[in-house]
Amino acid sequence: MTIEARFKIQRRDFLLDVDLSFPSSGITAIFGPSGCGKTTLLRACAGLERCSEGYFRLGSLIWQTPEVFTPTHRRSLGYVFQDAGLFAHLNVKRNLEYAVKRVPKSERKLTMQRAIEWLDIGSLLERRADQLSGGERQRVEIARALAASPRILLMDEPLSALDMPRKQEIMPYLESLHDELDIPVLYVSHAPDEVGRLADHLILLDKGRVVASGAASELYTRLDLPLAHEEDAAAIIDARVAEHDKAFDLTYLEFPGGRFAVAGKEIAVGQTVRLRVAARDVSLTLEHQSGTSILNIFPASIEELIPEGGAQVTLRLTISGVPLLARVTRKSAALLNLTPGRQVYAQVKSVALLA
Amino acid sequence: MLSELDILALLTTVKLAGLTTIILLLLGTPLAWWLARTEWRYKFFLEAVVALPLVLPPTVLGFYLLIALGPHGPIGGLMEWAGGPSLAFTFTGLVIGSVFYSMPFVVQPLQNAFSAIGPRPLEVAATLRASPLDRFFSVALPLARSGLLTAMVLGFAHTVGEFGVVLMIGGNIPGETQVLSIAIYDHVEALEYGHAHWLSGGLVLLSFVMLTVVYLVNRRFSVIQK
Repeated sequence: MTIEARFKIQRRDFLLDVDLSFPSSGITAIFGPSGCGKTTLLRACAGLERCSEGYFRLGSLIWQTPEVFTPTHRRSLGYVFQDAGLFAHLNVKRNLEYAVKRVPKSERKLTMQRAIEWLDIGSLLERRADQLSGGERQRVEIARALAASPRILLMDEPLSALDMPRKQEIMPYLESLHDELDIPVLYVSHAPDEVGRLADHLILLDKGRVVASGAASELYTRLDLPLAHEEDAAAIIDARVAEHDKAFDLTYLEFPGGRFAVAGKEIAVGQTVRLRVAARDVSLTLEHQSGTSILNIFPASIEELIPEGGAQVTLRLTISGVPLLARVTRKSAALLNLTPGRQVYAQVKSVALLA
Repeated sequence: MLSELDILALLTTVKLAGLTTIILLLLGTPLAWWLARTEWRYKFFLEAVVALPLVLPPTVLGFYLLIALGPHGPIGGLMEWAGGPSLAFTFTGLVIGSVFYSMPFVVQPLQNAFSAIGPRPLEVAATLRASPLDRFFSVALPLARSGLLTAMVLGFAHTVGEFGVVLMIGGNIPGETQVLSIAIYDHVEALEYGHAHWLSGGLVLLSFVMLTVVYLVNRRFSVIQK
């Protein structure tokens, strides 16, 4: 099942022109600098932005063709706005009821009670919107969107108005969307860390056009795209908990290229986890080092390399097909004669567990 | 104290103001909603028409209404053609005149209140499957309630204070078209200052109470909505 979206929207100083097809499962992030048309694209998917030349299909549901336009209120979707989405004249409970009441009984998938428990807002029900903190407000908004039993969840930078601690407060709920929700999520963001943690699929936008669209792990390591050139560029690797080493308090995470050893985590064996390996935490050697404190060493082959400023080089490696980024000095690259096709050993100094 | 005629004038006034307010709410709310939402480039033209009674001398408005409502005017003529009575010097004519006269006092607060809501709450409601009509009643009206109250009270109070228009098209018929403001004028003409005092003082008090309620309630709303 796929989602197809084609829109051509002309605004005074801006043209959004996209033709997309992406999976109708998991979280798809729309990523790009401010003003690139992310929000306009999301609004177009919801039918909030009208355009004559448009097409939107969600699996077997066709919501827009050049001839037929389904208005927003006839689309079963959930939309979380960037700010001020709660009705000021209703308390939290009534905000949720507003959503539930308008869903035909036969289409109700998620009870209000379940939405309340999931986002932990049971204690807020009697409060009004202006009596909630920023983080609480966003949780209520997400709960309300889910209470509408949507076929797709659209989120417009739900964290951008929040400070760092509040973001940390919401993140676990967003990550749980992954496991608990069987509907696709379209997530607009300009923050690489959010996207890295959440996205399965990535749509990169710039100046109203699609720069790239594909699996997040793939796009993160493509050297022709801006993500690999960020200061904290990183590869995203999906792995599975293989084993716990009680003696050294380590957890082994298996991925197609081998095993990562990380500090012991309380995650059941067999669970999938998402790892983030920063390019600057990867160093390269020509031979397998034996006298080193680094545990995570993998044979890798260099696919591509690009100079990064004057002093550095960013490399794309693969470990049995799994892409990885490394950033080393240009001098090292010259001394080791690092060129595409070369077999090396990648030493990974640290790995971050995302979910 | 109040004479029988004074009480009759008071009842006529309340009936006129009440009826005018109800008609204006029914007509003015959709108009204000449309004015607040439309992107029609000539809407300023309509806004100017709505605001005209604010600046025109009431006698001018009354003069044209008299001509329009009279047996040779477009409205009066139509009535005559349909077999009805001419509307000049009738209570119905007075209601029509008051609707025009008090229109800006109802439409403008409503339009401002609807504009202040902004597009966001309505978009939210649309994503929660509320139809346009549903959105209007479940989101727009509740959020505009302070504007609604202001519109009601101003519309009522302004109609009570009407003089020039009534003078031109009312005809001062007791029990039919004699309203308070005219009755006061008559008392003063007849040098019955005692009666004039009672009616004038009563009007001052009534208006003051109504406006106090508006400001009090609006303050409470604004505290809640922040």
